[in-house]
Amino acid sequence: MIAIGLGHYLTVAALLFTLGIFGIFLNRKNIIIILMSVELMLLAVNINLVAFSTQLGDLVGQIFAMIILTVAAAEAAIGLAILVVYFRNRGSIAVEDVNLMKG
Amino acid sequence: MIVATIAFYVFAFIAVASAVMVIAARNPVHSVLFLILVFFNAAGLFVLMGAEFLAMILVIVYVGAVAVLFLFVVMMLDVDFAELREGFLQYLPFGALIGFILLIELLLVLGAWVIAPEAASLMASPTPIPTDVTNTEAIGRVLYTDYVYYFQASGMILLDAMIGAIVLTLRHKEGVKRQVIAHQVARTREQAVELKDVKPGQGI
Repeated sequence: MIAIGLGHYLTVAALLFTLGIFGIFLNRKNIIIILMSVELMLLAVNINLVAFSTQLGDLVGQIFAMIILTVAAAEAAIGLAILVVYFRNRGSIAVEDVNLMKG
Repeated sequence: MIVATIAFYVFAFIAVASAVMVIAARNPVHSVLFLILVFFNAAGLFVLMGAEFLAMILVIVYVGAVAVLFLFVVMMLDVDFAELREGFLQYLPFGALIGFILLIELLLVLGAWVIAPEAASLMASPTPIPTDVTNTEAIGRVLYTDYVYYFQASGMILLDAMIGAIVLTLRHKEGVKRQVIAHQVARTREQAVELKDVKPGQGI
């Protein structure tokens, strides 16, 4: 059994990030799944930051990860609020009609 | 060591498999539940790496707040999700191509890349992880001193998000009865009580 190093964690993060991108393309119409894919990508970035932080012995990476976590939470809240308003107006959440939102 | 290795592979495998299910599940509620599973396993990975505080924050913030928010919205909106899945297979080849190219690029970068041994000494202003205190205390020491402005800025971001969400979703309904104290105080006995003279044997 080989020891788990930085490369292993980076590989997991790369897989999660790729799955996030893939999810955006796969669920082009469902904006809820797109938001979830964005959360997956942010999680992959967090894994990268924490892996580098612990492997290089620098604590600042964990601080950055916390700030990314904050921004992710804010983004989810705002995105879902926009989604709720859009659903009230249109009665659907199809992404193709979203360009009607501009003035 | 062997336990840590096995734990890593279990956490990593479940996280990636759940991430596949997030984007492939038919029912969005299942997607949210798989997303929660991804976050739990990522928290496990964080614990393995030695970032316990972030692991707990991840569980609290992501599972406790974000995922529940997603679940709430998915259940609140009455959406025909079968209709939204139309074209799922149409986008599959293109999305798979993009994802495959990206994954190959990422793995190429990771494979041909090493940290130079002297990298640690080249860092401009390193913040070494202290070994005599817990992870939480170490983060607190750095966050509240060197990075206090970032901390306050993230507080402003959260306030901003809260105000934005409230402003967006608040709506004033017509016909909602609200308490107006002046009207209550100004009421007289004539407005409030009506006396009917009921004749015997007839009713009103």
